[in-house]
Amino acid sequence: MTTDQSALPSPAPGNFAGRRARRRAMAVGGFLITLFLTFLGLLAITFFIGRVIPIDPVLAVVGDRATQAQYDAAKIAMGLDRPLYEQFFTYVVNVFSGDLGRSVSTGRAVADDLSRFFPATFEMATLGILIGVALGVPLGVTAAARQGSWLDQAIRVVGLLGYSVPAFWLGLVGLALFYARLRWVGGPGRLDIFYDGLVSPVTGMILIDSLLAGEIDIFWNAVWHIILPASVLGFFSLAYIARMTRSFMLDQLSQEFVTTARVKGVPEQVVIWRHAFNPIRVPLITVIGLSYAGLLEGSVMIETVFSWPGIGNYLTTALLNADMNAVLGSTLVIGAVFIVINKVSDVLYRVLDPRAR
Amino acid sequence: MTTRDWLLADSPTSRWQANAGRAYRVFTALLRNPLSVLGGVIILVLLLTALFAPWIAPFSPTGQSLADRLLPPSGEHWMGTDELGRDIFSRVVWGSQITLTIVLLVALISAPLGLLIGAISGYFGGWVDKILMGFTDIFLSLPKLILALAFVAALGPGINNAIIAIAITSWPAYARIARAETLTIRNAEYISAVQLAGAGPIRVIVQHILPLCTSSMIIRVTLDMAGVILTAAGLGFIGLGAQPPLPEWGAMISRGRTFILDQWWVATMPGFAIIIVSLGFCFLGDGLRDVLDPKSEGKS
Repeated sequence: MTTDQSALPSPAPGNFAGRRARRRAMAVGGFLITLFLTFLGLLAITFFIGRVIPIDPVLAVVGDRATQAQYDAAKIAMGLDRPLYEQFFTYVVNVFSGDLGRSVSTGRAVADDLSRFFPATFEMATLGILIGVALGVPLGVTAAARQGSWLDQAIRVVGLLGYSVPAFWLGLVGLALFYARLRWVGGPGRLDIFYDGLVSPVTGMILIDSLLAGEIDIFWNAVWHIILPASVLGFFSLAYIARMTRSFMLDQLSQEFVTTARVKGVPEQVVIWRHAFNPIRVPLITVIGLSYAGLLEGSVMIETVFSWPGIGNYLTTALLNADMNAVLGSTLVIGAVFIVINKVSDVLYRVLDPRAR
Repeated sequence: MTTRDWLLADSPTSRWQANAGRAYRVFTALLRNPLSVLGGVIILVLLLTALFAPWIAPFSPTGQSLADRLLPPSGEHWMGTDELGRDIFSRVVWGSQITLTIVLLVALISAPLGLLIGAISGYFGGWVDKILMGFTDIFLSLPKLILALAFVAALGPGINNAIIAIAITSWPAYARIARAETLTIRNAEYISAVQLAGAGPIRVIVQHILPLCTSSMIIRVTLDMAGVILTAAGLGFIGLGAQPPLPEWGAMISRGRTFILDQWWVATMPGFAIIIVSLGFCFLGDGLRDVLDPKSEGKS
């Protein structure tokens, strides 16, 4: 009799399963609640930025030369005469019903604009993360397997460069080198000008739309154009993924079961890829999720450089025109995607890793 | 007794001697790591460049000379000239002052703010902790850059607002660290002793908890500086940060965009400055972490 636990009666099997189901239901509920609260927090921040910080939001809409009557009418129309918490409530209800206001510069509803621009960003970021994972994971594993070699040092430097190179600068240098000098890739934009508008948008992702329409030429032209911006994004996720993979692998390779396997004469490749790599797949999912979310952020900087018609470009144009509805709408959408990816990779980690269950 | 013996004494006789000895040990440990030495040198060069910019820069950073427009790098203009005939090297040198100002101010605003919020949260626990950390977590799970962009858009473009926006988005990580550190020392015996002696919460937090958080805070701040520089440059690039004719590096790259295909140096040169300085902070931060916090080696 050493612990209190052994003194407790052992639970009946059925009871145990019931408790597990209840615990899982509570975990799911807790997850949904944190997701909702985080999203509410995001809304509070955008609300704060949009309504509280500007000296006078009414003046921003009606302009300096409005009469007092126009001013008052606009103030009531915008609902700014009501108390702040009521305004916030209206804002939340509007956002959840898909109303993000109207963009001053495009004259359309922000929600419509965003759904038109989002696929281009999604396409680029997804290709970017694929490049990052395809190169980053093997590089990180190799670096850990040959710790201290020149390759390991090189990968370490690449990892740090991922934290210190401005994405927009890398895009510009890439354009100057691979497009202007070497002609290896297409220039800014998603397609050459004479292909523009030939494929009717179905998904909004040109690589998929062109294949659906059976236009192979356009597909290759789109690949030609997307490859550089996606590679620039891929570089940043590669840097981060390789760095994390290396550190996870080093942890595993120093474990005793790895030494045991080696002593028993298991081939080194098997030790690395089966014994050491298998356990790190779960934490890697979290890393890849975080990196994917980071690429959404990175694409904001990249898209202006490549004249890429995505959310980033929309956001930067809106920023320069002080088009606050568009700015806050883009912030909300990118923020929401960011939150969801973050939380989902967190949950995946807990579901897949038996120790965290 | 030499200075070195005094610094390395096993039983320091004053707090000043103990602190100096500790700093000396960290310093010598850093010297053994070539990359952190490189990082330290880069930051030292940045400091000196910013301090002595008027004497280092061969030309005025704003003086235009339209006859010398868009000259390629040469013996006279090391990094070439821009579209208004301004010497790019001189502008990069003067730009170091702006970068240094941004980095210092962001660190001075966000680190103490994060420290205070984290320490209060960890020390009091309960509802205070729940509310403050809930707030922190919301900020942490949002994209920093986008948030900074939205803040600057609302506050208006300019370097001061850029600094405020970056600071607002970077404190949560520090609050997390400070809270974790506070939780580990909150129940230490010496804290109870101070409390029994009648010290109030403010005194305990400021005098006995915050000093113990500093080393992990210094590591994190140094590592974050690269990100701060990149964000500031990004804001400048978009046109929301430092305004022309200020020689901010990101804004300079933005001006050079138009000429990137033929006069590559206009946009490329300031980028190298950003990369070198950011790498410097990364190297030094990595080195500091290895020395001050050996447990977490290799993790980011």
